[in-house]
Amino acid sequence: MDEKKLAIVATKGTLDWGYPPFILASTAAALGYSVEIFFTFYGLQLLKKDLSHLRVSPLGNPAMPMPVPMPTLMMVLPGMEGMATSMMKSKMKAKGVASLDELRELCVEAEVRMIACQMTVDLFEFDTADFIDGIELGGAAAFFEFAGESDITLFI
Amino acid sequence: MVQEDQVLDARGLNCPLPILRTKKALGELTSGQVLKIVATDPGAVKDFEAFSKQTKNPLLEHAEASGEFIFFIQKA
Repeated sequence: MDEKKLAIVATKGTLDWGYPPFILASTAAALGYSVEIFFTFYGLQLLKKDLSHLRVSPLGNPAMPMPVPMPTLMMVLPGMEGMATSMMKSKMKAKGVASLDELRELCVEAEVRMIACQMTVDLFEFDTADFIDGIELGGAAAFFEFAGESDITLFI
Repeated sequence: MVQEDQVLDARGLNCPLPILRTKKALGELTSGQVLKIVATDPGAVKDFEAFSKQTKNPLLEHAEASGEFIFFIQKA
């Protein structure tokens, strides 16, 4: 039987939305899938060596549980995003949730293929030297080469 | 009672770490050997059943005692 394949498009670059691609990719790899992630637009942030710049914002995110209900107007205040980010990080640590770095490292170990979208790398002037090693650059056609043969394709 | 060859302490770890660590630990065993996993993540019960089914490493036994979930997985 041929190996199953999972293709993921990762489009988001916030601390919270960085998790699903890496959780699903690492788990699928553990289940024996061959996995490829195509990082495009803000998802490219997930490829940077240093992930400490990733934030989560309560602004425009009404479903995010807050310890105290807060009017939207307050969420624009300086420091709110930093506070929400450090709150989420400490909560994740307390609950035994892996850090993004750790999950990404597990993906790398499991030979998950990571493709950075060339067009958005150019558009946002990302320096590929800031990305972790082993990243390939490619376009939409490169994604479909793998996705077309995949059993599962996810857009995150 | 199943006798384990190795124990993996996955207590305090949350999804997907118990599964990922299990996969790694199984990689260090030889076919037929048994890995005992101790976890506290309630989601682990369904996840280990699914992991076993998909990777064809038999889940020989699982039990729950005082908030801990214990699994015995044999390397295929």
